[in-house]
Formats: sequence, C-alpha cells, structure tokens
Amino acid sequence: MTPSETLAALEPQRIITLTHQAYHPEHILSLVEKERLSFEDFCALLSPSAEPFLPQIALRAQTLTLSHFGCVKQLYTPLYLSNACINQCLYCGFQARLNIPSIILNEKEMVDNYKFLAKLGFGHILLLTGESPLLAGVDYIERAIILAKDHFPFVSLEVFPVSTSDYIRYAEAGANGITLYQETYDKTLYRSLHPKGPKSDYSFRLEGPERALRAGIRQVGLGVLLGLSDWRLDSAFLGYHAFNLQQFYWQASIQVSFPRIQPILDAPHEIFQVSDKAFVQLICAFRLFLPQIGLTLSTRESMDLRNKLIHLGITHISAGSNTRPGGYTRASKDPGQFETQDNRSLSDVIHMLAQQGFDPVLKDWSPFFDLASKST
Amino acid sequence: MFTPDPLIIAGRSFASRLFLGTGKYASADIMKDSLIASGTEMVTVALRRVDLDKPDDHLLSNIDVSLFLLLPNTSGAQTTEEAIRLARLSKASGLPAWIKLEVTPEPRYLLPDGDATLRAAEILVKEGFTVLPYIQPDPILAKRLENVGVATVMPLASPIGSNKGLRCLELLQIIIENATIPVVIDAGLGKPSDAAAAMELGADAVLVNTAIATAKNPVLMALAFKQAVEAGHQGYLAGLAFSIPTASASSPLEWISAL
Repeated sequence: MTPSETLAALEPQRIITLTHQAYHPEHILSLVEKERLSFEDFCALLSPSAEPFLPQIALRAQTLTLSHFGCVKQLYTPLYLSNACINQCLYCGFQARLNIPSIILNEKEMVDNYKFLAKLGFGHILLLTGESPLLAGVDYIERAIILAKDHFPFVSLEVFPVSTSDYIRYAEAGANGITLYQETYDKTLYRSLHPKGPKSDYSFRLEGPERALRAGIRQVGLGVLLGLSDWRLDSAFLGYHAFNLQQFYWQASIQVSFPRIQPILDAPHEIFQVSDKAFVQLICAFRLFLPQIGLTLSTRESMDLRNKLIHLGITHISAGSNTRPGGYTRASKDPGQFETQDNRSLSDVIHMLAQQGFDPVLKDWSPFFDLASKST
Repeated sequence: MFTPDPLIIAGRSFASRLFLGTGKYASADIMKDSLIASGTEMVTVALRRVDLDKPDDHLLSNIDVSLFLLLPNTSGAQTTEEAIRLARLSKASGLPAWIKLEVTPEPRYLLPDGDATLRAAEILVKEGFTVLPYIQPDPILAKRLENVGVATVMPLASPIGSNKGLRCLELLQIIIENATIPVVIDAGLGKPSDAAAAMELGADAVLVNTAIATAKNPVLMALAFKQAVEAGHQGYLAGLAFSIPTASASSPLEWISAL
C-alpha cells in the first residue's frame, strides 16, 4: 500500500477514540521518557489526558530538538507570485474578498523581488501561487523556478498539486521542495469546504506529495489548516501521513508546518478555535513522535509565540514576510492571503535569535544536490 | 593497529587527537572559543552551508586557518556523484584538497552508504584528494577503503547527534585491530568519558560536534573533551590492565612452557 492508501485505510472513529479517550497519568509520563513512540503513543500525547503534563512534554521536545538540530534555526522567505485562483475555498483570505484584483507577477517583477530578497541574505525562497492553470499554470511556475535559481540555492513551492510529469518539470527546473497542505483530512468536511474547482479532488491533493517525491523533489512539507476541524483528529492524521511518507520515501526530507487559520470576516465556515495551549501541545507531540523532522512556523503567528516555540520544537521560520503578490517591491493596499502577525524584518529576527542563543542558517543546500545538476 | 605518536595523517602531524565539527553552535563566537579551548588542529565544515564565493561567509570567515586545518565535508550528499562534485568544487575554490567524505542517503539518522562512499573514495583518491570517509562500523568496508588509499577511516560510534556513546564497541574494536591507517571515531560521542573510552580502545582520534556545540557551556565542554581524549590515549599507551587480549602478564610466565 502507498502512504495515501495507508492513510485512507485509517478509520476516523478509531482516531477520535485514540485522541480523546482518558489515559492514566503514568502512561502519559512513560511516553515522555520513551525513545521511539508508536502512532498510538502520538495520539495519547494529543489527547486531553496529556494536557496536565505539558511542561514535561515540552521539556522533552526541547531536548530532542536541541539534540537533533543544535542551536541553529533555518530561515526562509515566502514570495507570493500570483493570487489568481479558480478554487472556492470557503475559508480563504483571497476568496473571501471576491472583488480583489488578480495580480500575477511578470518576469521582471519576479526578478526584482528575487534580487531584493537575495540581497537581504536569504538562501531559501518559498514561491506561492493560487490555482489558475490559465493565468499562472505549470509553464509560469516552471519559469519562476528557473529565474529563482539564479538567486537562491534552495527553492521550494507552495502551489497547487500537479501530475508526476509536471513535478518532474519543476524538479528539473531546480525546485527542491514542495509544501502541500491537505487543509483537513476529514473528507466530508473537505468536500464541503472546497465545493468547486480542481481543489475539490481530495485524493489528487493527498497523493501530491508522493508524486512530487517520485519526480525527484527531495523535501516535502505537509500541514493542515488548524481550525477547520477538530485539531486532535487532523493532527493525528497529519502525523500518520508524515510518518508513512518517511517510511516509504526514506531518502526524502519530510517537514510539517502549523498554519493556524485566522478568522476571515463574513467567512461562511465555522472556525474551531485552537488555543495557544493546544497549539503548544500539538507541536510538542509532533516533536516527540517524529524527532528528526523539520517543523515550520510562519508569520501567521505572533512574535511572542514564535519567540517561545523556537525553544520547543520549531526549526524553520520565515522572516519579514509579505503575503501580497510581489509585495516586497510593489506598493499595494491589496489584501494578502492572511495578515502577518509577526512583522519583524530578517535582521530583527536574526537579532532575536542571537539574543535567545540561536545561530541563523540562511544557506543549507548545495546546487549539486539539484536534479537539474545531474545532467550537466 | 596504527599508533604512531604524534598522530600522522597523510604525512601531516597533529598534536591533538580531537577533531571538531562546526555545526549546531549558538553563535560563531562560541564556536571559535570552543575550537580554541579544545586544542584541536582540525575542524570540519559542511560545504553545503558555506558560500565559497563570499570572502565574508558566516562560517568560513570565523575559522582561523592558521590555527586549524580546515576539513571540508560533503554532508547532505545522497549519492557518490553529489559528494564528488562537492569535493571538486571545494578544491577548485582553494580549500585544502582534504575531504571528509559523507554520503548519507537518508536524512533521519544520516547513516552513511558504504557502497556509495567506497565508489566516491576510489575516484577522489585517484584525483589526488586526501580522503577521510565517514562510515558505519563495518570492518570489511574499512579494509576496502584502506585498499583504495583513503587517509583514515571514520566509523561512527552511534548515530550522529544521538550522544549515545560507543554502541558499536565490538565492531569498532575489530576495525582498530585490523587498521594500518588511523581510525577516527566519529559521531555519537555524547560525553567526555565516551571519548576517553574510544581512545582507550585504541582509536587514533575522535571527532566531536553535537556534544560540545549543544552543551550548556560549550567552551568548558570542549576543554573537558580535550582532557578526556588525552587521558584516554595515555591510558591506551600505558596498557590497560586485564582488558587487552594482547596484554603481557604482570610476572614472568616462561617457566610454564619449560614444564
């Protein structure tokens, strides 16, 4: 079975039980000390029974992160290339404002932004688009990657899922990683939240990371949009997905991100609040279950929380982010996909890291690891 | 068993038998102070982390090459080809033609691929590199690498960053016993006492990174490792009582053969 087939075989009711049942305090404490956690152990750490032991769990998460990653934090910058999108995600910041104009960066605008961000010192750029095959499709994204590689050793994508052959094009153009959030693993909810457009195909999205890995992409980031559903259930599925990808694609680097939804005015969907305490619990649970994977936190979260979470499990953070297409060089009052909560510049973040005892890593990749370099 | 004193690798003499990594430190200043405190004369740097085009590169500019031999490493390389290309780039940019060869196809435990490492070593040795390959504690692989002309073998004690110490003791002993080139125990040494134990086994040197870089006081820990390595090596030279198969008896026993 493939990872997505394994995931599909996971019975939601069983996961609800595992993540909500009462566990004996001694059992939870034994998991804090346990070296290799099972999926069932992970579910127990996500359960309400683990909440009273959050200090102990957090300490273990801190120790594991320090042991595997040391006193360094990886930094990256996102660049929104296009907000054009034919999907109708009921919770989306772009979608909720139907009257916003489509912005699609042309090549000059892309390069201007690349130059600006590379000059700041970033060595890893994350390119983002909405889903618009006609206005900003595979050809457009492929070209954006090629241009980006002149400025950044590591280029990753957070764009719509594509076929294996298109992922091969991205890999050959120089893309090193993809991030693809499933948003929610609750299939029924997924379908109701994505009523139209290609994104309504749950399975095509779920299988996207595997297609990318088969195509030669080396790093894959997963995530759910926390707040769309019961966070315990979605986190358990997410952990299982990451674990299985790691088992099947053993040469790949799997990462997990933790985007927490921000309420959008007039959004027709109910938001399940994920408290800061729950947020800390789930990040620590991931660290204990998957000690070696990178955990990412964006500027959706506040400065204060980001400053604290880098001590527990987070290893990758963005800095100085602008969520408006081309927003680094283009003055615009158009709304971004979400409002950033941490507006510190890269130098501010580097300063904060130094104060907290961390060294920033801006470059962690050699062009010789690129698929594109193999044929030269 | 290779045990000249001082340690000689590829014709170069090293007063210190402790080598250090440069990753995972909280700052460049702490790294620099730790390197000095350790007394090391060889430090390894991940080529993927450095920008060879920039004279003010964050890592390289903080390593005083008048004090240390810079040993570039190929960490992150998943294949023979990637490692070779990194090594060539390093040499072409003017770094020493020494290479710590790491080919680690899986990113979780960073365990080295012996087959890919052997193939890369063979090519790099022919191209004139001084090759120090990172390997699993596989005595046969160690001999094969020796045969292709590597300068040392660097078997792991336990997985990188695990701080678990000498979990592969028996195999490490065989590698040391059979070696005609220096054996540098690399990865997994979590405590100064682990390093001392490795040296007592007869290792020619050890390489330490995580245990120093992530200690509460890295500079003090670097000093502790320095002393542990020296003590362990002296213990080995002195001949440990009762634990060495080739130990000589404490009083003459020739009379037994005359019986």
